Amino acid sequence: MIGYHARSVAMKIKNILISAIISLIAAVFVSACGRGKASITVAGSTAFQPFAEKLADNFMNAHPDSSITVQGGGSAVGIQSAISGTAAIGMADLVVLPPEAKVLNPVVVARDGIVLVVNPKNKVNNLTLQQIQDIFNGKIKNWSQTGGDNRPITVISREAGSGTRSSFEAIVKNISLTSGAIIQDSNGTVRETVANDSNSIGYLSHGLINEKIKALSVNGISGSTENIINGSYILVRPVYFLTRGIPEGKSKEFIDYIISREGQEIIKANGLIPAK
Amino acid sequence: MKRFSEKGVRRILTATAFSAIAALTLIVIFILMEGLPFIFRAGLNNFLFSSEWDPQSQKFGILPMVAGSLWVTLGAVIVGVPLGISGAIFLSEFVPRWLMRIIKPTIELLAGIPSVVYGFIGVMVLAPLIRNHLGGPGLSILAASIILGIMILPTILSISIDSIKAVPNSFREGALALGATHWQTIHMVTLPAAKSGIVAGIILGLGRAIGETMAVIMVVGNAVKIPGSPLDSARTLTANIALEMGYATGMHRQSLFATGVILLVIIMVLNYIAIMAMRNIGRIK
Repeated sequence: MIGYHARSVAMKIKNILISAIISLIAAVFVSACGRGKASITVAGSTAFQPFAEKLADNFMNAHPDSSITVQGGGSAVGIQSAISGTAAIGMADLVVLPPEAKVLNPVVVARDGIVLVVNPKNKVNNLTLQQIQDIFNGKIKNWSQTGGDNRPITVISREAGSGTRSSFEAIVKNISLTSGAIIQDSNGTVRETVANDSNSIGYLSHGLINEKIKALSVNGISGSTENIINGSYILVRPVYFLTRGIPEGKSKEFIDYIISREGQEIIKANGLIPAK
Repeated sequence: MKRFSEKGVRRILTATAFSAIAALTLIVIFILMEGLPFIFRAGLNNFLFSSEWDPQSQKFGILPMVAGSLWVTLGAVIVGVPLGISGAIFLSEFVPRWLMRIIKPTIELLAGIPSVVYGFIGVMVLAPLIRNHLGGPGLSILAASIILGIMILPTILSISIDSIKAVPNSFREGALALGATHWQTIHMVTLPAAKSGIVAGIILGLGRAIGETMAVIMVVGNAVKIPGSPLDSARTLTANIALEMGYATGMHRQSLFATGVILLVIIMVLNYIAIMAMRNIGRIK
């Protein structure tokens, strides 16, 4: 068994070595081809990543001399790589930027609503901010306490450090998450879990609502695009582009493009909320 | 010329073998270097025996995750081991050889299914069944145990079959000649003789169960609390690392490496116990 194991490990290492060499060659090749173009990297929030990719494509079509690489990794990675300089622009969608981000220059490029969702079988359509607080703190444990059926509540939240979670908790305030809460690691899995479990409640990005789940109103106001734009819906977070110092060169051109009317129209057309 | 190529091949093989060991050593050193300083600063007691995990407010207690890992692994063993061993006995002692040649590769194919597919089946089929019939959130230790039990089945089954098959036929013939029935022969002669191989299979399965990440994250619910029943949601050590590593910085990141250190220690202790157990069995025999 041990011999077999060592052999398979050796095989794996060999494969890794071969793929490392191939990718090294590919990297040299690509960088040789890319010479002469001004290239910048944008990294961070996975929620905004698809939009940034689309915007980068359009920007590169209009400016063939520039090349923009968009990477994910999450808001924290965006902040870290902007500080360390591995990315020219860091993307973060947090209500409150962490203290280490003070050295960075934030520009709001879009906004994103956070919507509380339940299973369509659930009779509840509206919760007050206080009720949301009590549910996520574990004080309210049954749907009957909020006007629903006599069923236990399954609270679904996100992992510690998630931008959606920290924004949600920063807006709702005073949440110390009930220890029985199910933790899912992405907007998509929260949606699937809520769609499958008729007792559950979760929260996710406004752009990801579909017919398998039901969005709740908060304090009687629904999380529609209009309500988010006119400011009456409160669960809204900004999407920041962070640069070290005032943006200049290609970074400035790209950010200017995104906050231009054309860039904001693309953001709106793809289901996100414009910055202003 | 021939000797030269002979030597060359030997050198290349030596280098490859050492690269495997070097990779293992590097990984261990790296994890220790990143994780140990945190454990020393926070104190092993605060880290290992506190049940509060809230990295945002600097609370790093991984007791719930240790408990979660143990529950889930134990559950997987309860599901997988009886199935694996009885399946192995049936396939190696009761099924004709030609049929075995079809069935065994089919079982080994199970091992090739990506863990995310197991997880998907768990979320879509198993969790709703548990929620509707037994209560609780569905995403639970029970669901994870069943999924992991099935995942470790091919490992236990195929190694057990191999070790039962390796028992010399003269053992069986001797037992039968003494008047033992087929079943008596199996549980008094064949199984004890094949024991060390079966234990090795179980340990390898155990290793897979405790290290499995993707499928577990999907079905276990990942709640940070010490589970009170198999219907509760729990979080394993591996899930804790995988869930939070993308966002973790500073102390939080170090605490995840420290979680890795604990995982490493648990797996090393398990393997040590397994090696000892196998040695003892050899001695009795």
